[in-house]
Amino acid sequence: MSNENPTESKGNREEEMSQVTPKQASGSKTTSSPGATRSLSEVAAARTTNLGKAPQPGSGLEARGIHAWFGKNHVLEDISMEFATGTVTALIGPSGCGKSTFIRTLNRMHEFIPTAALAGQVLLDGKDVYEPGVDVTKIRLQVGMVFQKPNPFPSMTIRENVLSGLKLSQIKISNPDELLESCLRRAGLWNEVKDRLDEYGGSLSGGQQQRLCIARSLAVNPQVLLMDEPCSALDPGSTLRIEQTIRELSDSMSIVIVTHNMQQAARVSDYTGFLLSDGGPGRLIESSTTVEIFTNPKEKRTEDYVSGRFG
Amino acid sequence: MSLSEQVPKTIPAPRKITTQPRFTDKVFRGVVTSGGLFAGLLLGLIGFFLVFNGFEAMRAAGLSFITGFDWVDAVPEDGQPASYGIGAMLYGTMVTGILAMIMGVPVAVGTALFLSYYAPEWIKKPMVVVVDVMAAIPSIVFGLWGYFVLMPHAEYWAKLIHKYFGFIPFFDMPAPVFTRSPFIAGLVLAIMIIPIVTAVSREVFAQTPLERIQAAYALGATKWTMIKAVVFPYGRGGVIGGAMLGLGRALGETVAVYTVLNLVYDIRIEVLLSAGGNVASMIVNKFGEADPVELQALMGAGFVLFLVTLGVNFLANFIINKTARE
Amino acid sequence: MSQALLTAKPQYPWKLTPKDLLTDLAGAVFALISTLAIVGFSPLKGKLGFALTLIVMSILTATVISWVRRDRKAAINSSTTVLVYIAASFVIIALASVLYEIIRLGAPGFSLSIFTKDMSQTASDMPLTEGGLLHAVIGTGYLVLFAALFATPIGILTALYIVEVKGRFAGTVRFFVQAMSGVPSIVAGLFIFAFWMIQLGNAYSGLAGCFALTVLMIPTVARTAEEVLKLIPQDLREAGLALGATQWRTVAMVVIPAARSGLITAVILGIARVVGETAPLLLTIGGADAINLNPTSGNMSAFPYYVWKNLLIGSENAVSRAWLGVFVLMILVLIFFALARYFGAAKGSRK
Repeated sequence: MSNENPTESKGNREEEMSQVTPKQASGSKTTSSPGATRSLSEVAAARTTNLGKAPQPGSGLEARGIHAWFGKNHVLEDISMEFATGTVTALIGPSGCGKSTFIRTLNRMHEFIPTAALAGQVLLDGKDVYEPGVDVTKIRLQVGMVFQKPNPFPSMTIRENVLSGLKLSQIKISNPDELLESCLRRAGLWNEVKDRLDEYGGSLSGGQQQRLCIARSLAVNPQVLLMDEPCSALDPGSTLRIEQTIRELSDSMSIVIVTHNMQQAARVSDYTGFLLSDGGPGRLIESSTTVEIFTNPKEKRTEDYVSGRFG
Repeated sequence: MSLSEQVPKTIPAPRKITTQPRFTDKVFRGVVTSGGLFAGLLLGLIGFFLVFNGFEAMRAAGLSFITGFDWVDAVPEDGQPASYGIGAMLYGTMVTGILAMIMGVPVAVGTALFLSYYAPEWIKKPMVVVVDVMAAIPSIVFGLWGYFVLMPHAEYWAKLIHKYFGFIPFFDMPAPVFTRSPFIAGLVLAIMIIPIVTAVSREVFAQTPLERIQAAYALGATKWTMIKAVVFPYGRGGVIGGAMLGLGRALGETVAVYTVLNLVYDIRIEVLLSAGGNVASMIVNKFGEADPVELQALMGAGFVLFLVTLGVNFLANFIINKTARE
Repeated sequence: MSQALLTAKPQYPWKLTPKDLLTDLAGAVFALISTLAIVGFSPLKGKLGFALTLIVMSILTATVISWVRRDRKAAINSSTTVLVYIAASFVIIALASVLYEIIRLGAPGFSLSIFTKDMSQTASDMPLTEGGLLHAVIGTGYLVLFAALFATPIGILTALYIVEVKGRFAGTVRFFVQAMSGVPSIVAGLFIFAFWMIQLGNAYSGLAGCFALTVLMIPTVARTAEEVLKLIPQDLREAGLALGATQWRTVAMVVIPAARSGLITAVILGIARVVGETAPLLLTIGGADAINLNPTSGNMSAFPYYVWKNLLIGSENAVSRAWLGVFVLMILVLIFFALARYFGAAKGSRK
């Protein structure tokens, strides 16, 4: 991407993103060492995003005023964010600020921890997932999760792993093989495993295992896919492959990705939320389009974080 | 001098590191080693003395010692030699052991699942104590309780089983005597092995990798589908090992079985009938009035029991150790 | 916004709502009532009939409620949940029955005078006000004391060999210990009978019984001691060695004191295991009726033997004596059990 035609950045979302260039005035915002290529803002701007397509309003996930506790320990304070279908949202912030805790409130995995407590609402298509009487297993079918460490079921073959979501929820479909191929293709794994579908899940490399887990999550057709640092245990090649998968998937669903890697957030997401905990509960400091967060953050703390002054 | 010139061209082999321990440490190691090897020595001595004393009887009977069903003392007046065969008792030991497993292992695994995944905190702690207390109860207590408290009920249950399922050969009754049967002995043994099977199963369940459990729940699993998909495949080896440890205990039980089992030197498949066997009980039964020849046979019987339980325990520990490493 | 912050309180929206609890309670009540109805109007009678019907109705009710409330998946989940609870209930009922009967049948014969008399002048048939079990108390006391005396050093040395010295045979020794813990108690008794009595020509005595119990106690002490020693962090040992101490001083003055309460637990667990063993005693101690203060010669009694003898006699009073013996034995076992837990907990708190 070139910096040769500085044009005025148009605030209008409908503009093609490639026309928007970073403001150079306040100095470089790179966090990389001398000799490295692009600044975060450049990366963010380079991404062809879905902002061209208007995200469907009212669909997708919305968190309203989420507070979380572990026992008496207040760990999240008043987090409100929207995750519309067709978008990728990144959650960044230093370790321990509560990003993982937050996304676990979105698919009701937070409540597994014995002392957990919660306040606020999580709306899926307008309905609160925490309302009494809600079938929590159905929520988890609609809001899927991919974990940091790839965790395919070792006692199952690749085929069985992908279809395991159906088995666990006792959903019957008439054409499992079609679904199998479709999910593996969408996860970018089909070509590599199509000849060994009956081998065990543990025989794949780390990156392949993670893509298998993605395919597994896709099989139950979620509306939202939560990803908790999905690439932090993988090599750079696998990471890029998965980021490509994320971009391809975001057409049909809403993706929320927690990441430590700001370059990744800049590469992959349309919107970014910055969380911070300064000894107390984690708060949402700023939430905006990715380009804004990395080029023109409104909060000083955000700017300090994305320029590497701490964290 | 530039760095590259200082780099040695060959990598030296590692040095052999030795030490000369001090005298006190040598003594210490010697004492501890002999203490440690004592266990093995003891095991060997047990086997040796049993064989040594039982050898004559076993040799005289040959293979029929294990397969023969008679236990006949010598009658010197008639010139009839003694004939000792533990076959019926060995069969009975197996039958009661297997019955104990069939009835005890499902309850034990269910209890382990309950403690690991279902019990609320306030039930869990007392329940663990309950299981531990059960493990501590001596077998003679079970012998008494089994005979005076359980047997009247078990007799009634056996009658019902015979009434409704008597067409199955196991539940047939050549004679209507329901007391002191392999079924009742198996029931008592089942209760006795529940604590150990529960303890081993619980340990294995506790080691189930959390990430797999979370993956299953994140896919919309209910508690039961999660257990089926993650816990059972992972814990299968440990549970089997635990069940075999329970079997090993059941095979060697003496006084708990003695009261509730009528020793009859015959092989039968009807488990509700008052006729069964158990090598350990037989030894106790015959010991009091055994002459030296019979004593030899009892030693031989003890040796066979020793080998059988050793084998079962070895297999059980092997399975547990092997799966624990995964 | 600050209003929302001030009033935000921890909630638990996933916990069962009152409506859910009410439905569950109604289901439980229905299961109970329907059971009573079925038992009342059909041939199913007695405890078994009641229990079976209750089980079936509980599973059915839970399954149906879940099916209506949600779907088939939840229904299967509910039925397995009920099954798991039933399994746990079996265990509780079994233990409760055992403890209840011991108290019911054994406690009536209890009085402090039983600790002052023996059975040398009383026949077992006579009422329980005559005679006592002092001879059994003394016998068990000797047996346990000497068995602990012999088994503790060997067990701890074995554990030390496996954990501290880590000799070439450590894996083999571990295997031997595991094998020994599977030896049936009657085999231990037979071994001592063959070795001590046939081979060496001794008669029944308390000492022979001690040896048999030692064989059974060693593996328990060794395994528990091994676990305890493994829990001691390596840093402690390294601290001692870095000060220039020899290995044996490090072990004796650093490791063992740190593991002290755990090792005590190991010994107590071993004692608890052998105090109730019957079969080996039947072959080795002879089962006297009189007090025998000499552990090395002469027939000796012990609690398990006392119970056994009376059980075999079989008359009403004899059986009552047997239950009395079981009652006192269980109290003894529970005391040791509680002691082991107390010391076991202490090992967690001190480092």
